[in-house]
Amino acid sequence: MATAKKKARAKPQGTREATRAAVTVTPATLLDYYRQMLLIRRFEEKAGQMYGMGLIGGFCHLYIGQEAVVTGVQHALEPGDTVVTGYRCHAHMLAAGVDPKRIMAELAGRAAGSSKGKGGSMHMFALDAGFYGGHAIVGAQVPLGTGLGFAHRYRKSDRVSVTYFGDGAANQGQVFEALNMAALWTLPTVYVIENNQYAMGTAVSRASAVAELCRRGESFGIPGRQVDGMDVVAVGAAAAAAVEHCRKGRGPILLEMMTYRYRGHSMSDPAKYRSREEVSKVRQERDPIEQVRERLIEEGQTDDAALKAIDKDVKAVVAEAAEFAQDSPEPDAAELAVGILAGA
Amino acid sequence: MARKITFQQAVNEALAQEMERDETVVLMGEDIAGGTGGEGEMDAWGGPLGITKGLYSKFGDRVMDTPISESAFVGAAVGAATAGLRPVVELMFIDFMGVCFDQMFNQAAKFRYMFGGKAETPVVVRTMFGAGLRAAAQHSQCLYPVFTHIPGLKVVVPATPYDVKGLLIQSIRDNDPVIFCEHKMLYTLEGEVPEEPYTIPFGEANITREGGDVTIVTLGRMVHIANEAATNLAKDGIECEVIDLRTTSPMDQDSILESVESTGRLVVLDEATPRCNIATDISALVCQEAFDALKAPIRMVTAPHVPVPFNDTLEDLYIPDAAKVETAVRAVMEHRQ
Repeated sequence: MATAKKKARAKPQGTREATRAAVTVTPATLLDYYRQMLLIRRFEEKAGQMYGMGLIGGFCHLYIGQEAVVTGVQHALEPGDTVVTGYRCHAHMLAAGVDPKRIMAELAGRAAGSSKGKGGSMHMFALDAGFYGGHAIVGAQVPLGTGLGFAHRYRKSDRVSVTYFGDGAANQGQVFEALNMAALWTLPTVYVIENNQYAMGTAVSRASAVAELCRRGESFGIPGRQVDGMDVVAVGAAAAAAVEHCRKGRGPILLEMMTYRYRGHSMSDPAKYRSREEVSKVRQERDPIEQVRERLIEEGQTDDAALKAIDKDVKAVVAEAAEFAQDSPEPDAAELAVGILAGA
Repeated sequence: MARKITFQQAVNEALAQEMERDETVVLMGEDIAGGTGGEGEMDAWGGPLGITKGLYSKFGDRVMDTPISESAFVGAAVGAATAGLRPVVELMFIDFMGVCFDQMFNQAAKFRYMFGGKAETPVVVRTMFGAGLRAAAQHSQCLYPVFTHIPGLKVVVPATPYDVKGLLIQSIRDNDPVIFCEHKMLYTLEGEVPEEPYTIPFGEANITREGGDVTIVTLGRMVHIANEAATNLAKDGIECEVIDLRTTSPMDQDSILESVESTGRLVVLDEATPRCNIATDISALVCQEAFDALKAPIRMVTAPHVPVPFNDTLEDLYIPDAAKVETAVRAVMEHRQ
């Protein structure tokens, strides 16, 4: 079973990344990746479950399947670097190190939530963690991230701005405007396109004249690389190189992460626009967590017992977050008209 | 007596003084430095109207020419503001909000509330508005009511050189996003302006003329039209109290209500088109809060509900003038309950 799987993922479609052999990664890092991705998956599964139980309402977009992207990219960042993304942002908050309890409480709209229950699933912000927001207007975060890059450059720091957006957002006009300006001003901005193959329910090939989104910066002279976004090691390596590129003052760079979301676009999407076989094929052959698990075992870096201990830890963290969210009070009615402007 | 400078020079001076005071203040906009980014007169021309003239020579790359990409640079300013800078962006004409409105009303306006108080967005969008320059339908609108509608934005509409300086400095120091609307016909207006920096608080209207018969509430360029009408009416013994709102968000409701309670009559003068504008907003406020004080129905003097025409005669007909204000004031005076 393992052999067949390995073959399939050794050469993912369109990937120009170094193969597994060429990228060195320490066992400790692999274990970090494993734990982080598992935390995201279990957290999202719990969020989906709570949504189904009516404990979470509104819009809710899960990250299941895409865990390698944010995990690998975040690993390349240092304190002071900044991150901004779209509405599928729970994982980015988790990866930035925000307390899962605050995130789950926000999904449930509770007073103890990260945004005091006023933002919900799509709108969280954590300055201390360098996370500048989940933003729910498709593509709008790209000028914002460009501005964060501008702020780094203006302060003459070597910090880097990472801006995530999806394959759908890649077709928004303001993205092109921002890319031009970032290149013009040589801003330290890493643009990470999370290409999960579907913009809501529309396949990339049905919405983009040129499907290779890594080429979106070409006319501005922004280098682009396509990366196997299901392989956290490849993501980590590509992100580290991109961040280094920015730190050295070489201007913006674009990474297209070829990834896949297992669930629908949102909780209300049954994902009828693709076959069950397509989804299960990716799950079986390219699952980011399974890839790391197998590698750890194969390389003898760990054993089943150790991984099970991590699973148990992660489950406890998620259970605690879910419990915290449910036990938190609703926002006070007096909060309705508070906090719109400074001092009011 | 303080020295006299133009409205435009007052804007320039406010920007320069704040940039000197605070290194986090940075300017972005189309053509605001100009030229080729080198030294010399042509490279600090400050755009077609010369409002930011000379700032590039003084502050170098803190004055950023941008591509004609309003979403990108307004959005970048908003993003940079969340990271602690105080960007002042110039949206050349308020009409161009059509290509960057998302960044103002969906992003900047929402952050503080939506993120539970965790984000602060001290950005100023300076923009030129209003009719009178034969600039036609796409460069002449009075769109401040649109911004006023949105919680989370502060909206400033200054009328004089003194006010534009004090209000702009306040805007730059303010910790919320501010839409700063400069009427294009006021740039050459001269007035007394102190040389030192000063601020004018938001939400405090300016009573430019006191009178006991009729309250005229107005803003921007229309303040001068109201004052002209009030001068003419005084010759016939009608005394108008003219209230310059200065800011529409926050709005000084107390000054409006106090005045109407004393005069019992209200004319609202607003250059914006009449549906859902500042005039309708104030009329509703007064009907709800001071109905019993009214001796006559409220009159609104506004532009007609049409796009701004190009032709001189048509545009002059479009813009509210003193004669229309006088007619409205006489009508409320003549009304007998």
